[in-house]
Order: sequence, then structure tokens, then C-alpha cells
Amino acid sequence: MAFGGPKKSGPGGRGKAADKDGKDGAKRRGGGFFRRRKVCKFCADKIDDINYKDVKLLSGFVPERGKVLPRRISGTCAKHQRGLRVAIVRARQLALLPYAAD
Amino acid sequence: MNRTYELIYVLKPDAPESEVADMHKQVAEIVERLGGTIDKTENGMPWGRRKLAYEIGHHKEGFYVLEVITGSGELMKEIDRRFKVSEGLLRHLIVRVDESTIKAERMRSKRTEESRRRRVARGLPPDRQPGEGPQGENEDDSGDLMFDGADMEA
Repeated sequence: MAFGGPKKSGPGGRGKAADKDGKDGAKRRGGGFFRRRKVCKFCADKIDDINYKDVKLLSGFVPERGKVLPRRISGTCAKHQRGLRVAIVRARQLALLPYAAD
Repeated sequence: MNRTYELIYVLKPDAPESEVADMHKQVAEIVERLGGTIDKTENGMPWGRRKLAYEIGHHKEGFYVLEVITGSGELMKEIDRRFKVSEGLLRHLIVRVDESTIKAERMRSKRTEESRRRRVARGLPPDRQPGEGPQGENEDDSGDLMFDGADMEA
């Protein structure tokens, strides 16, 4: 399963350090790489109804392990993350998405 | 009061077509008896035969059927009860959809209204003209923020 829409954070401390000044948007840091501001995919794409049947959309928020991608990584806003969680849970019941994958 | 529900059920992959039809008939019969209507039945793409995300009773595939039903809560309860005891069914799910559809509708209309209001305040026609400059470009940029190609593993 690949990461579709959500932006993937860099490994380890890099992501965390950049989160602090994430509000400034794209910004060049001392290390020399860019950190773009994360945007909620559902706000940006104007998806009001997060549907549990849309496996293609949801699978972007379910990494290989099968867990729900956390907000701090995907950048999803609180409201949409809530809806997303419900949609993923429903999709799991129908075996559209995995509960856990090794 | 009638509401709209979605019903999805998953049959065993080795179920013959007669069984699929039979299950649909059972649903239709209950719906009719309790005064509801089936608005839509789908078992073609993307439904129908599908790979399961995990194995259910050694099955790796399932036959998905989606039905959109308008009816009372009692009706859906009866279907749920029947499905719980019926064999040959791997999974089923009933979701009420009217409320979320209305909510999404409301959000959409609110947003278009808001953008129209802002455009009028800026002295522009309420709707975007084809091939309009800066705003269109801005929108493209916001999409670009989502896909930061440099950050994705190749």
C-alpha cells in the first residue's frame, strides 16, 4: 500500500523540528531542505463527505501496517480526521481495508 | 419517518448466481413488506467480486452487493436481524446516509455562497470566468502543496 495523498514526513527529528515552525509555510532551514506547510487534503480538495466506499482515497491514509495515519504526519485537520477515522473503521468491517497487516 | 440507508453485504466468492439473486430477493421481500423502496442495487464495478483486505474463513475474495434503501428504522432492523442469522454471508453493513448527504450539500452551498460573496465584494462577477487569471493560478498552487514530489520516496 502506497502513500497516496497525504504528505509523508521525513524520518525522525527532522519532521518534529519542522512542525514547530510549520506555520511559516515553505521555509528553508539551516540544514538546507524545504519543509512545506501541510494542508488538510479534505479541506484543499473540498471533500465534504468522507465515504467509506472510496477505498482509493482512504488507502492513502492507511500505511502498510494498516493503522490510521496520524494527523501530525498527514496534516489532516481535526474535523476531517474524525470523519476519516469513522470511514476507515467502516471500510475495515467490510474487509475493504485491513485491520492489521504484517 | 423514512430515511435513506446503504446496505452492503458480502457473499462467499463461490456462491452461484442463483444465491446472489436469492439474497437480493429476500431483501426486496422484506423491504416491500415493511413499506420501503430499493433505490439502487449495485453489484458491478467496483462491487461484485472483489479481493478481501483480510481473509474471512479462509476466503480471499468476496462478492459485494450494495443496495440503497429508503425505509424505516424498523425495516433496517429486520434486515439486520435476518442477515445476522443467515449463512453464506461473510459481512454486512448498514449505514444511514441521508444526514451526511444533507450535511455535505449544506457545506457545499455555503462554500459557493461565501466565495460568491467575496468575489462580489472585490467587484468581480459572482462566478469565475473561464480562463481567469490569478485566482485560478492560486488554486493550482494550493494543490501543489499537497503533492510535494521531492518528499515522496521514489
